[in-house]
Amino acid sequence: MAILVDRDTRLVVQGLTGSEGRFHGLRNRSHGTDVVAGVTPGKGGQDVEGIPVYDTVAEAVGHAGANAAMVFVPAPFAADAMYESIAAGIDTVICITEGVPAHEMLRIHAFVEGAGVRVIGPNCPGALSPGKANVGIIPAEIFREGSVGLVSRSGTLTYQIGHELTQLGLGNSTIVGIGGDPIVGSSFLDMLALFEADPQTEQVVMVGEIGGDEEEKAAAFIEAEMTKPVVAYIAGFTAPPGKTMGHAGAIISGSAGTAQAKKDALEARGIRVGTTPTETAQIVAEIAGV
Amino acid sequence: MDLHEYQGKELFRRFGIPVSEGLLATSPAEACAAAERIGGTVVVKAQVLIGGRGKAGGIRLAESPDEAEARAGEILGMDIRGHTVGKVWIERASDIAREYYLSLTFDRSAKKPLFMFTTQGGIDIEEVAEKSPEALVKLHVDPLEGCHPWHARRLVYGAGVGDPGEQKQIAAIVQKLYEAFVGTDAMLCEINPLIVTPDGEVRALDSKFTVDDNALYRHPDIAELRDVAGTDPLEVLAREKGVTYVKLDGEVGVLGNGAGLTMSTVDVVTFVGGRPANFCDLGGGGDAQGVVDALEVITSDTQVRSIFFNIFGGITRCDEVARGILRAVGQMGLEQPIVVRLDGTNAEEGRRILGEAALPNLHAEATMLDGARRAVELAA
Repeated sequence: MAILVDRDTRLVVQGLTGSEGRFHGLRNRSHGTDVVAGVTPGKGGQDVEGIPVYDTVAEAVGHAGANAAMVFVPAPFAADAMYESIAAGIDTVICITEGVPAHEMLRIHAFVEGAGVRVIGPNCPGALSPGKANVGIIPAEIFREGSVGLVSRSGTLTYQIGHELTQLGLGNSTIVGIGGDPIVGSSFLDMLALFEADPQTEQVVMVGEIGGDEEEKAAAFIEAEMTKPVVAYIAGFTAPPGKTMGHAGAIISGSAGTAQAKKDALEARGIRVGTTPTETAQIVAEIAGV
Repeated sequence: MDLHEYQGKELFRRFGIPVSEGLLATSPAEACAAAERIGGTVVVKAQVLIGGRGKAGGIRLAESPDEAEARAGEILGMDIRGHTVGKVWIERASDIAREYYLSLTFDRSAKKPLFMFTTQGGIDIEEVAEKSPEALVKLHVDPLEGCHPWHARRLVYGAGVGDPGEQKQIAAIVQKLYEAFVGTDAMLCEINPLIVTPDGEVRALDSKFTVDDNALYRHPDIAELRDVAGTDPLEVLAREKGVTYVKLDGEVGVLGNGAGLTMSTVDVVTFVGGRPANFCDLGGGGDAQGVVDALEVITSDTQVRSIFFNIFGGITRCDEVARGILRAVGQMGLEQPIVVRLDGTNAEEGRRILGEAALPNLHAEATMLDGARRAVELAA
C-alpha cells in the first residue's frame, strides 16, 4: 500500500508530446509507473517510445484503461485539461503545471468537492510511492521505500527533507507535493486522512510554509482524528509581510499566515515542529526509534 | 499585482460601478489644468500602493485650480511610508452623507469569494470586525453558482440599509463588483468608503484592487498597468531578468532552487546567527545563464558580503549550476566569498567542476546547515 499512486496506477499524461511531458513521462515509466497513454489533441495515433497518444482523455480511458492523469499542458490550457480528465472518469488528477489562474482553481475545487475525484496541484511536484510508482517530477533516486508519509507545499524542500530522512536510514510510503498556489485541489488535511488510513504509513511529516491557514486546520485535524504521529516543519520564519516568496500562495497577509502562528497552532496541539530540515528528520528518526 | 486607486476606479467604471469624475496628473501644472477642466472644488489624492495616505497628508482639498496646483506641488515627491508619490489623482469633491464599506475578497480558507458589507465605512475594516462584528455582514459566493440578486439582498438587509433608493443602487453595485472580480481575475476588490451623497446617490470614493499575477496573460490591458516606480530598484531589475527575488535587510546573499527550499535557507541563515540579504529562487531550471542573472541581481545590493548557494538538484542539474557559478564569477569579477552546497542530480560532477576551478573565494560545504554557518562567518 501507499497513497495516491501505486502499482495499480494506469497513467495518462496530458501533454506527453511536449518536451517536459515527454521527459518526465518517460522518467516516470522508467521508475516502474504504468504509463498507458498520452493525450495531445491532433496527435492521436502517434506514439512516444511505445506509449500510444490519443486525441482525447475519453479515448485514453476507453482504449488504454487509464485511471490517473498527469497534467503537463501550458497554464492557459491546464484547467480545461483537468475538467476533461474528470469528465472522462479519471479519479486522480495530478497537475504539475505552474501559473494556473486562482479563479480557475476556485471553480475546479468547487466542482470536484464531494464528487469522489482527487485533484493534486497545480504547481506541484506530484506524488511518488518509492518502488511502486512515480507521477510527476520528484527525483525518485533520493528516496527509498519505507513507512514515513511525507506531504509538502514545496518541491525541493521536500527533496531536502527526504534526503535527510534517507541519510538516517528512513524510507517513505508516499511523498506528495500538494502545490504552492493559494488554492490547490487537495489540502494537507486530505493527505493526512489518506496517510492515516494507509497501512504502510507509520508516521507523517508535514512540510508547510507561510500563507493561508491550511497548517492550522491540519493541526486541529491531527489532534482530533489521527492516531499516527505527525512531525511538522514550516518555512518562512524570516519572510517579510506582504511579499510573495516564490510560491503564489506563500504570502503573509497583514498579520495572518505567519510561520510563527502555524508553529504555535501545531505545538499547542502537541505536534512537534522542527526548526531546520535536519532537526525535523532527527525528530522523525527519534519517533521511529532508529 | 496591486493597482493604484485611479486604475481600480477605471476598472470600476468599465464594469458600471459609479465613481467620481477625475484626471491623473504628474506635475503641479497638470494638476492645475485637471482642476480647471473638472471645475469647482477638487480633491488631490496621492497615488501610492500603500495604505495610510490620508493620515500622511497625501489627500487634500483644493477650491481652485491654483490651489490644486499648490497642493499637488506639496504632495508630489512626498514620501509615504517608504513610497515616493509620483502621481496625483484630481477628483471632483463629493458631499458625503454616509460612508459604507463593500469588498469582495478571495477567501483562501473557505476556497470561495467572500463579500463583506457594513454601513460603518470610511475606517479600517479590521477595527469594525473587532469592535462591532455584528455590523459586518459576510457572505460567501459559490464560484460555480455565481452572484445572484439574493446575495445582494442578504448584504443590504443584513446591514440594515433602509432607504429603497440606496438598496437598489447598492444591489446593482454588488452585482457589478462580482462581475469585475471574476472578469479581471481579481484577488481583492474593495470600496472604502462607498459613499451616499446628500442627494441619495451611491458612489465608490476609493478603490483597492489586486489582480492575480497568474491570470495576467489573459488581461494584457491590466498587465500594462504595472507601476514599478514605487518598487525597490533591485526587485525591478530582478523582474526584468526573470529572477524571483525579494530584498531583505542583511549581509548574506541567499540563492536556492525552489521557493520552499529558498525560504528554508533564509530561515537557517537567520537561525545560525546571520542576517539574510535577500530571498532569491533560481526556479526549477537553473541553467548557467539563470545563475549569472541571479548573481547579478544579488550582488547589485551593496550590503551583500557573502553569498550562500543552496542547491538540491531535482530537475535542476548541479553540474549546470556549477558552470553558471564559474561563468558568473569570471564575467562579473565577483570578489565576495561564495559558499556552495550541492546535492541531488549530478552533484558529484558539480562539486568536481568547482573543485578543479579552485577559485580562492569559492567554499564548498556538504550540508545546508554547514553552508549557512560558513556563509555567516564569511559575512562577519
